Amino acid sequence: MSAVTSFPRAGHDGRLRPLPWRRMAWVTWRQHRVTVAAVFALLGAASAYLLISGLPMHTAYTAVAACRPAASPVCQQVAGKFLGTYAPGVGITAGLLQVIPALIGAFVGAPLLAREFEEGTFRYVWTQGFGRARWTVAKVTPLAIVVTVAAGAFSVLFSWYLAPIFGAGDDNGPLSPTAFDQLGTALAAWTLAAFAIGLLAGVVVRRVIPAVFATLATWAALAFATGLWLRAHYAPPVVTSNPIVAPGNWILSQSWTAGGRPVSLDMINQTLGRVDIRAITPELFQPGPATPANVDPVQYLMQHGYLQLTAYQPIGRFWPFQLIEGGWLLVLSVLLIATAVWLVRRRAA
Amino acid sequence: MNVIESSGLGKRYGNSWALRDCSLAIPSGRVIALVGPNGAGKSTLLNLAVGLADATEGSVTVLDGRSAGSPAALDGIAFVAQDTPLYKTLTAGDMLHLTRNLNRRFDEAYARRRLDELGIPLTRKAGTLSGGQQAQLALTVALARRPQLLVLDEPMAMLDPLARHDFMATVMTAIADDDVSVVLSSHVLAELERVADYLVLLSGGSVQVAGEVDELLASHMVLTGPAAEAERYTQRLNVVNARSGGAQAHLLVRTNGRTDGVAPGWEAHPVSLEELTLAYMRDPAAASLPGPRRPVVAQPLEARL
Repeated sequence: MSAVTSFPRAGHDGRLRPLPWRRMAWVTWRQHRVTVAAVFALLGAASAYLLISGLPMHTAYTAVAACRPAASPVCQQVAGKFLGTYAPGVGITAGLLQVIPALIGAFVGAPLLAREFEEGTFRYVWTQGFGRARWTVAKVTPLAIVVTVAAGAFSVLFSWYLAPIFGAGDDNGPLSPTAFDQLGTALAAWTLAAFAIGLLAGVVVRRVIPAVFATLATWAALAFATGLWLRAHYAPPVVTSNPIVAPGNWILSQSWTAGGRPVSLDMINQTLGRVDIRAITPELFQPGPATPANVDPVQYLMQHGYLQLTAYQPIGRFWPFQLIEGGWLLVLSVLLIATAVWLVRRRAA
Repeated sequence: MNVIESSGLGKRYGNSWALRDCSLAIPSGRVIALVGPNGAGKSTLLNLAVGLADATEGSVTVLDGRSAGSPAALDGIAFVAQDTPLYKTLTAGDMLHLTRNLNRRFDEAYARRRLDELGIPLTRKAGTLSGGQQAQLALTVALARRPQLLVLDEPMAMLDPLARHDFMATVMTAIADDDVSVVLSSHVLAELERVADYLVLLSGGSVQVAGEVDELLASHMVLTGPAAEAERYTQRLNVVNARSGGAQAHLLVRTNGRTDGVAPGWEAHPVSLEELTLAYMRDPAAASLPGPRRPVVAQPLEARL
């Protein structure tokens, strides 16, 4: 009926200039100010806790730092006493703060699009003149930047908080799993990744609560796989037969060899049995009642032809590892966000 | 100009086709009624037309050749979805602000005046409004965009009769004031009968009836006569639906402009749009589609009967 008149208008699509991005500024702010406030409240509360518990620790640490010579037994004792007092609490705090990226992913990322589907409002907002792909980009970008920068700022405070523990020579250095991912670029990168996981889960699952749980599960799987396995392989570990590895280096594994061949726990126990020491694991020894004083099981084994091999990641690799982890998480996040935008474009209803 | 034009349009969800082989050319007019039983594909067709869904096969354009979902199409269409979704935590004023920011045109003065008339305060949160007020707010926000095409997907399904009446009054006022075409879907025709100019009846995912209401009414009639003689008509005429109550038979027939005399003992009545729609719904095998268009001889059927 109107085949003729329909053609000249066809080119109309391309000529229409998109609405300016700044139109979305008010929209994003109005709809997400509460979420942003909640993120700042969460990080603010955690920061306050770090300051309150961190300041006395820093005060106590001045005595450790001032002790000279640092390697002397007296100073070692001072440092050991400091660590005995503060390290357990710091360890618990570091463990609890692991959930920060997960919470941001689950409660900022996941509901962002899932709520639109759940409430049906996507039918309203995606039929407005702005266009749904640009709407998604315009919402996601500022929120991603805000949560990433906030997490990055928090990790600066966290590294201040941890500094005395590392300075006093704690066995767990900055490369240890519960510290590494909250220092340097890692916390910001993990937060961005969790946000991106949540965003994509929201588009795929389309309901808020299931998307929240999907986000938590995916983040946990990724974080554990990275901490327990992947991170140790960013570079081949250094292997040494020196039984003393300086604190701060990340020890991955230790094993005993004799004559260049690995030895079993039974063989170790056979040797140590002479001084009534039992090896529970190759690293953990239990002296018995007949154990002579001043017998160090490691030294004893080495004197009897055993060689202890330690594989570790040197502390000097902290920043290269941070950049590697930050880098692949950034790439992953961008891919996840791009997939979410693509899905919004593709399969709206 | 056609407000919605589709050819071979189909949409599959999983293994089942929600819409199949749908070819339509809905002219711009005042009100286009899209009717059909639940699950007939009405929402699917509208979602495709407003660009919320992508076609599995075929194509659909709106407002004279703009591809569905393109910036130009979005610009000209305002869509009010089923259950009139709004951001429940935003106030009515925020909904206006939001919609103004997301579109090229927005008639703020109209929207404020309309909400004032409806007694909806700008400071009230959308979630705290009654169902009727939420529907009116969604409609006001859509109309304030000054669309060329307003698409309403069963907007009144959740409303009580009074709210339905008020809602339609707002639509009709807007139509009278502006040059806007309205596509309105519903599974009940009663509320559309007085206002619809064009009817599209979907059934089982395909188009069963499409045409101008006047033409449809003029090309159908109800014949009433002895049930025993109904056979002769079913052979000669295009019977859409036959019902018999005792000795009387009621045949809804499609005359296609033919106006044979009525046999003795039979009476012919003009058909109402609701009767016509129900007859087709009862018999999904019958179809009335615009064939190769020929000039319709202006011969009012009613006058001869």
